[in-house]
Amino acid sequence: MSPKVLIKAENLTKKYGAFLAVDSINFEVYQAECCGFLGPNGAGKTTTIRMIHCFLPITSGKLTVADMSVQDRERDIKKMIGVSPQETNLDPDFSVIKNLTVYARYFDIPKAEATRKADALLKFFQLEEKRDVEVDELSTGMKRRLILARALINDPQILLLDEPTTGLDPQARHLIWDKIRELKKQGVTIILTTHYMEEAAELCDRVLIVDTGKIIEEGKPSELVEKHAGEEVLEVDNEEQILKTLKEKFPEARLDVLGEKILVFTNEPHGVFVKFLQDFPLKGATVRRANLEDVFLKLTGRKLRD
Amino acid sequence: MKTPEQTRHNPVLPQLTYRVWRVWRRDFDVFMKTYKVSFIPPLLEPIFYLAAFGLGLGQFVTGIPGTFIQFIAPALVSITIMYSSFFECTYGSFVRMYFQKTFDAIISTPISIEEVIAGELLWGATRSLIGGIIVLAVVAAFGLVSSPLSLLIPLVAFATGLTFSAIGMCFTSLAHNIDFFNYPQFLFITPMFLLSGTFFPITVLPSYVQAFAYAALPLTHTVSLTRALMLGSFDTTLILSLVWIAVVTPVFFVLAIKLMKKKLIK
Repeated sequence: MSPKVLIKAENLTKKYGAFLAVDSINFEVYQAECCGFLGPNGAGKTTTIRMIHCFLPITSGKLTVADMSVQDRERDIKKMIGVSPQETNLDPDFSVIKNLTVYARYFDIPKAEATRKADALLKFFQLEEKRDVEVDELSTGMKRRLILARALINDPQILLLDEPTTGLDPQARHLIWDKIRELKKQGVTIILTTHYMEEAAELCDRVLIVDTGKIIEEGKPSELVEKHAGEEVLEVDNEEQILKTLKEKFPEARLDVLGEKILVFTNEPHGVFVKFLQDFPLKGATVRRANLEDVFLKLTGRKLRD
Repeated sequence: MKTPEQTRHNPVLPQLTYRVWRVWRRDFDVFMKTYKVSFIPPLLEPIFYLAAFGLGLGQFVTGIPGTFIQFIAPALVSITIMYSSFFECTYGSFVRMYFQKTFDAIISTPISIEEVIAGELLWGATRSLIGGIIVLAVVAAFGLVSSPLSLLIPLVAFATGLTFSAIGMCFTSLAHNIDFFNYPQFLFITPMFLLSGTFFPITVLPSYVQAFAYAALPLTHTVSLTRALMLGSFDTTLILSLVWIAVVTPVFFVLAIKLMKKKLIK
């Protein structure tokens, strides 16, 4: 049985004045998957997410959520989505618990049920002790967890996470990863944007790589790594002689010269670099597994975006 | 399965549902949380005015019906009505929109931007209602209320509070930073504070200034209505005031929602 399509974009386009933020993209998100949107700053990830939850109107094309068009079923779509935006927009006029119960009221959740749900969510995100604290007193990591808790108050079928771990310490990040995995197990469909490729590889079943408003590649993280970066990467110091040797030894391989380092990508099987280094012990050489970051940089280039 | 909620895009009128009250309720909850700060200023401010004008300036004023503080008591109620809603829907709404991102958070729920703005406007009018009632109670305690028709003043407070809210929100839609509000404050609110028949009868002004006050300064109408109800004396200009409020308020209400939507939804 093929997976059910929950979100579908056809020639989806968004313009801000003359600026083309999203350029006629097509994609599908399947029920109960975690789909990553990866791309440099300004690629159009946040704009796409905002169109999905009807925060921004689309300019042209078609976008449906559970077969409902974002153009005429805004409320029904918003009822089934939970959003964790990039920017903190917790209500600073309220305490932690009140942030959740007031938000629940926006979804017409009755008071008793809202309080019960809010307490359960605070427990889930380990915030029970902060229940009656003002939001301004929370650390960055706690605020982020509270935003996630708030995004779940309406039991959403779809969760949109726009850079949920940016600026967090590793402890907080791992806690959030655990929670995202748990939600995925419960069958929640998740769209995640992140600048941490490790995070995308860890959590996403599938990623879309977006650049300048277009989707330039998509697939499972492991497949993309295999396709674009190969098995292993050799990193050595950048010297003319070494470069020459590498070109002779690996005529098929892709060589990236990055300032002080040379990166060698190969599709040859595991161990080829180790064997090479036994014959030619090079200064500062390391062999590592290819990863999603290699893919990302290959496809989107190394030029700074902002 | 619940019935789907189709969005009907009406080119003129915003589509509003009961969800407007969810936004109103949010603001009300914040107000009640800080009720000590919220209630004390409108309680004390009129007392200062009454002291300054009753014990001070009033000694020198002759030639108006009744005493000077009887004359300005309705103006004090009206000024509070104006300030409460105008500041709520300028500085207050701007802070919620721009610094707190509260509107962004709310429109990620089934509530629409139109409903957020409508809720804010109704809340602004409610602030006028609360402020107006408090000042009315204070001036009544000083024995300055002579007609039982004063009980209708809260209606005037809410209705014209909505006018000031809507006009304030239109300024908010034009604001790119919070300092912008200096313009409406000094070019609109201050002249209105002084020229709307507040501290002297509007009839002493040149006729073109009177005409300007009636046409462009909503406080003129708030003061006329409040004064008539408080003193129990009526004339035909009151009909003009009622019509003005009934026409101008809905226009600015819809305009404020349109302009804010245009500002926020790109």
